[in-house]
Amino acid sequence: MRGLAGATLALSAALGVAAAAARAGDLAEYPAVTPAAAVSLPADAGAHPDFRIEWWYVTGWLETASRQPRGFQLTFFRIRPAAGRDNPSALAAHQLLIAHAAVSDPARGRLRYGERIARQGLGLAAAEQGRLAVHVRDWVLEERDGALTAVVHAEGFAFELTLEPAGPPLLNGARGYSQKGPSPASASLYYSLPQLRVRGRLVRDGRAEDVTGSAWLDHEWSSSYLDAESVGWDWIGLNLTDGGALMAFRIRDAQGRARWAGGTLRSADGATRALAPSEIEFVPGRRWHSVQDDADYPVEWQVRAGPMGFALAPLMDDQVSDSRLTTGAVYWEGAVEARTAGRLIGRGYLELTGYGERLTLGEPQER
Amino acid sequence: MDRDGGTRIALAVFAAQLRDRPLRLVVAIVAIALGIALTAGVYLLNESALAEFGRATRELAGTADLAVRGGRGGFPEELYAELARRPEVRVASPVVEREVSLAAGGTLPVRGIDPFVAGALQPALYASLARHLLTLLEPDAIALSARAAAELRVGRGGVLAVRVAEDVRRLRVVVVLPEGVYAGRLGIMDIGSAQWTLGALGRLDRIDLALAPGVDAGRFRATLPLPAGVDAVTPAMEEGRATSLTRAYRVNLDMLALVALLTGAFLVFASQALALLRRRQQLALLRALGVRRFEVRLAVLAEAALVGAAGGALGTALGWLVARGVLATLGADLGAGLFDSAAVPVVASPLLLAAFVGLGVLVAVAGAWLPAARAAAAPPARALRAGDAGSPGEADASPWLAVALLAAGSGCAFGPPVRGLPLFGYASIALLLLGAVLLVPAFAGRALAWLPPPRRPLPALVLAKLREGIAQSAVSLAAIVVSFSLMVAMAIMVHSFRDSFDRWLGEVLPADLYLRIGPASDTSYLTAGDAALLATLPGVARAELRRSLTVSLAPERPPVTLIARPLAGAAAGLPLVERASNPDPALPFAYVSEGMRDLYGAVPGAVLELPIGGVARRFVVAGVWRDYARSNGTVVIERSTFEALAGEQRYSEGGVWLLPRATVAAVADRIRTALRIGPALQLVAAGDLKRRSLAAFDRAFAITYALEAVAVGIGLLGVGFAFAMQALARRAEFGMLRHVGLRRRDVVAMLSGEGALLGAVGAGYGLLVGAVLSLVLVYTVNRQSFHWSLDYVVPLGQLGLIALVLVASSALTACLAGRLATGDSAVRAVREDW
Repeated sequence: MRGLAGATLALSAALGVAAAAARAGDLAEYPAVTPAAAVSLPADAGAHPDFRIEWWYVTGWLETASRQPRGFQLTFFRIRPAAGRDNPSALAAHQLLIAHAAVSDPARGRLRYGERIARQGLGLAAAEQGRLAVHVRDWVLEERDGALTAVVHAEGFAFELTLEPAGPPLLNGARGYSQKGPSPASASLYYSLPQLRVRGRLVRDGRAEDVTGSAWLDHEWSSSYLDAESVGWDWIGLNLTDGGALMAFRIRDAQGRARWAGGTLRSADGATRALAPSEIEFVPGRRWHSVQDDADYPVEWQVRAGPMGFALAPLMDDQVSDSRLTTGAVYWEGAVEARTAGRLIGRGYLELTGYGERLTLGEPQER
Repeated sequence: MDRDGGTRIALAVFAAQLRDRPLRLVVAIVAIALGIALTAGVYLLNESALAEFGRATRELAGTADLAVRGGRGGFPEELYAELARRPEVRVASPVVEREVSLAAGGTLPVRGIDPFVAGALQPALYASLARHLLTLLEPDAIALSARAAAELRVGRGGVLAVRVAEDVRRLRVVVVLPEGVYAGRLGIMDIGSAQWTLGALGRLDRIDLALAPGVDAGRFRATLPLPAGVDAVTPAMEEGRATSLTRAYRVNLDMLALVALLTGAFLVFASQALALLRRRQQLALLRALGVRRFEVRLAVLAEAALVGAAGGALGTALGWLVARGVLATLGADLGAGLFDSAAVPVVASPLLLAAFVGLGVLVAVAGAWLPAARAAAAPPARALRAGDAGSPGEADASPWLAVALLAAGSGCAFGPPVRGLPLFGYASIALLLLGAVLLVPAFAGRALAWLPPPRRPLPALVLAKLREGIAQSAVSLAAIVVSFSLMVAMAIMVHSFRDSFDRWLGEVLPADLYLRIGPASDTSYLTAGDAALLATLPGVARAELRRSLTVSLAPERPPVTLIARPLAGAAAGLPLVERASNPDPALPFAYVSEGMRDLYGAVPGAVLELPIGGVARRFVVAGVWRDYARSNGTVVIERSTFEALAGEQRYSEGGVWLLPRATVAAVADRIRTALRIGPALQLVAAGDLKRRSLAAFDRAFAITYALEAVAVGIGLLGVGFAFAMQALARRAEFGMLRHVGLRRRDVVAMLSGEGALLGAVGAGYGLLVGAVLSLVLVYTVNRQSFHWSLDYVVPLGQLGLIALVLVASSALTACLAGRLATGDSAVRAVREDW
C-alpha cells in the first residue's frame, strides 16, 4: 500500500492509455488483478513488467552507536507507460524506474531526500523478474541468499544496509489479493516482509556511522489501483515490540471520509489474520502545516485495528517527500511510534497521501 | 598675462571660431560620426550575433562538462551505456540530433533526449517540460520551441508531418516551450521515440556528460575509448568551434569598419590642418599677445575633442540603430546564411557605448595632433605677415620613413596566419597604406611636374597653381587616396573572387539538373533503388548520386564535409589545383579541398585518416581542388569505396544529365513523380543553381560594397571641404584675378580644373596603391581567412568608371566651393586682405 508518486504515475499512465487508445485504437492491455489471484513466493519477489505499476518499499527505524533514532526509506517504483510498446529502440521507455530515498534525522528537523529516475535498458536501470533485484544506476535493492541489500548514494547522504527477514512473508488481504476500494477491480497483489533486522552504514554529510535497526518491506503491483472517487490514503506498517506486525490502511474520498480500509495483523506467535474494513479506524489528531505543498497533514493519530488501539506520534513533524522533480508528487512519509496508554508497542512508518494537491496531478490530464 | 588668462583667451577665440564656421564643424562631426557609426554598427552586429550564438550553444550544452559527439550519422548507443557506468560520470545524457525533413518542405533541427537526465544538465531548456514528461514519452510526441511553433504555424495539440526516408510521419505537438527559453528553431522528442521515429535506431549523435566532483574534464577526456570520428569536447571548445566558423567573415567586416574610421580621422586631420592654416594670423596674434604655445595647442585639441565627442555620440547612436535594423531585417549574419536565429537583440553595455564615444574623441584628437603642434610651433612674426599661406605639410617626414614602411608592409604580406587569422596581412595593408600616404606629396609633385605646360592661359594657370600649392593639396589628397585605394583593392579582390567563383560553378556543376533532399536533412535520403529508377526515366541520359556527410577530424575545429561520389577521369571531375605525382596505389584516393591542405596538412601524396563507420580508414591525398562552397575543409572519395567501408547505400544529392531533346522541366516532373518524396526533394536546373549561387555571393558582398562606399563618401566629403577651405583662403587671389579681367565663371572653371586634376592625380595614385593592396587581399588575407585561392583578375572597366566618378565629383565639389568663394564682390574680397 504505497507510493502516492507511483500511483500518480500509474494514473497518468492510465490516462495515457485512454488517449493513445483513442488515437490509435490499440488499447494497451495491462493484466488485471482479480480476487482469484494470489502471491506466489519466491517467484513473485521479482518484477511483474506487464502490470502497470509496481513498487518495492523499504522503511525502518535505525539507531546509531550513540543510540540516536533515525528513520529511513528506500523505494523503487516501476511504471509501464501505455504508449510506444512496439518501439524497438533500446532506449525506448518501455519501463520506467523511479527510486526515492530519505533519511529522517530529528536533529535536522527535515528529511534528507534524494531521487533517481531512469528508463530500463542498456543495463543502467533494471527490475529483474523472478527475484528481487532492482537498480537505478548505483542505487540498488537486491536479495541475495535470503538477505536484502539496500544501497543509496544521494546528495548529502548515503546508506548501505543489509536487511534480514526474521519470519515468513506476510501476504496481505486474501493470499496477497488486496482490495483497495468498494469494487474488487481496484486491487493489488501485495505482500510485506516485516521485522527485517537491519545493520549497515549511514553516511550523512560525509560522516559515516554504523547503524542497526528494524525495517519493513512492501512489494505491491497492480494495474488499476484507486477508483475515481478516491483521493488518497493513510497507511501504517508497524513492527510491534512483541515481535508481531501490523499493516493497516484506509482510502479516503474528497471529503476525507474512509471509502475503504484493510489490514493484516500478525501476532507474536505468528498467527496471521486479515482485518476487515469495519475493524479499522483512523482518527486524525494534531495537524502540521507543510509549506512545501501548502497542506495540513495530521501527524498524530488514534488508530483502532482489530483488537488493538494505539496512538501514533511522529519521530519529527516534517517528513515530507517532495518528488516533484521526478514524479510531480508531494507526500508525507515518516517514522512513527505507536503507544498504548503511554507504553511503546511498536515502531514503523506512516504514509499520508492526497492531502496537498489532489492525487490526480499527473500532467496528461492537461491534454 | 597669467597662465589661466592665456588659456581662457585662447579657448574663447576658438569658441568664437566654432560659432562663426558651423559648416566646417558640421563636416568634421559628420565625418567622425560616419566612421564611428560604421565601427560601432559592425562591432555591435558581430557581438550580438556571437552572444546569440553563444547563448544557444550554452543552452544546448547546459552545465555539461563534456560533450561526446560524432559527425553526421552519430555512433552506436553502447558507448552511452559504457560512459554512464563510469564512476567519474555523474550524469550522462544521451542525445539524438537530426535535421528532420518536414513534409511541407524545409527542415527542423530535432533533439531526442532522455528528459529524466537531460533536465539535470540543461535545466533552462527543459524545465518547462518537467510537467509533461509522460506525455513526451509517447512515440509521436514532440515539443517545439516558441520560434519553431510560430514559424511552422503549429500550436500545442497540432500535428507536424515529417518525412523520414520514404514515409511521412505525423508528430503531435504536446508542448510549446515558453518564449525566451530557446531563441532558435528546435523540436524536442523523447530519445526512444526519436530513434524509432526518425530512423536512428541504435545510434546516438551526442552524449552530454556531467562529471563527478573533482574529476578533471581534460584528463578524463583523454581516457575515453572513443571510436574514430567521435570526440569529446568541452563547452568552451564547442563554442569556439562554432564561432570559428564565422570568425574570418567577422574580422573582415571589422577591418572594413576600421578603414572607414581611419578615413574619418584623416578627414579631421585635413580639416584641422587647413582651418589652422587659414587662422595662422589669428593664432600668431594670440601668440603675440602672450598666449603661450601649449595653450594654443590645448585649445586646438580641445576643439577637436569636442568635435570628436559630438561625432562619437552621434555615430554611436547611429551605429546602434544600424545594428538593430540589420539584425531585425537580415539576421545576425547580415544575410550571409551562417547563423540560424531571428530577432537577435543588440547586446551593448553602457560602458561599450561610452567606449565608442571615447573612440570618436580619440580619433579626432589624433587627427588634430599634428596640426595643433604645427600651429603652436609657427613663429608669430612670420605668420603675421599677410599673404603667407604657409603649408600644412612643410615639415614632411623624410621619404626614408615612407620607404621603410612600404618595405615592412611588403614583408608582412608574406607572414603566416596568426591563430587562423591573417593578422600579418592586415598589418601589411596598414603599413603599405601609411607609407603610400606619406609619399602622396612627392608623387603628386612628380606627376604634376611631368605634365607638359599647356598653351592656353587658363589651364596653365591651373597647373601652375596646383604645382605651387601641392603641399597644401596633399593633405586632402591623402584622405581620398586612403579610401579610394582601399575601394580599388576591394573591387579587385571581389571581382577576382566572383570571376573565379563563376568559372568554378561551371566546373562543379557539369550536369543539367540537380536534385537534393533537404537542405541538409538527416532523415530523408535516396536509395540505390532510386538511383536505378532515375537512370530509366525517359529523357535521362545518366544520373549520378552522391552522399554528403560531415566528419570531425579535430575536436577544436568545425567538422569537415565528406563527399562520396563516382570519381571519373584523371581530374576526378574536380577543379584541381594540385595533383599528387605518385600517390600510393595501395590506398584509396581522396581529393581534398585547399582548406584541408591548409588546416590539416593534407598535401598531395600524404596519408589521410577518415572516420567511416566508426573506424579510421586510410586514404592517400591524390589531389587538391578548389572548393568555394565550404571553407572548413572538404574531402571527396570514390562512392563505391565509401559504400564498402560504411556498409550503406544512401544518397543525399545528385546530378542528372539529359538526353539531347529532353527539357529540364519535363524531366524534373518525371523525377518528382517517380521518387514520391514530396516538397523535401529539391530539383534545380544547373543554370538556376548557378544564378542563385551568384546572387547569394553578391548578397554576401553587398555589405562590403556599402561599407566601402561610405568610406569613399567620407573621403570625398574631405576633398570637397578642402577645396572649400582653399577657395575661401584664396578669395584675395580671386579678387586679383577678377581685377586683371577674368570673369567669375573663368575663376570657377579654373577651380574646377584644379579639382579635376587633383582628383585625377588622387585616382591614379589610388589605383596604383589599390592594385598593390589587392595583391595582399587576394593572396594573403583571403587565402588565410577562407583557405581558397583566387585567380587574380582586374576589373578594368569598373575601376575606370569609379576613377571617373572620383575625378568628376572632385571637380564638382571644387566648382561648388569656387562658386561659394567668388560669390562676394571682388572688391570686398581684395579689401579683406589689405
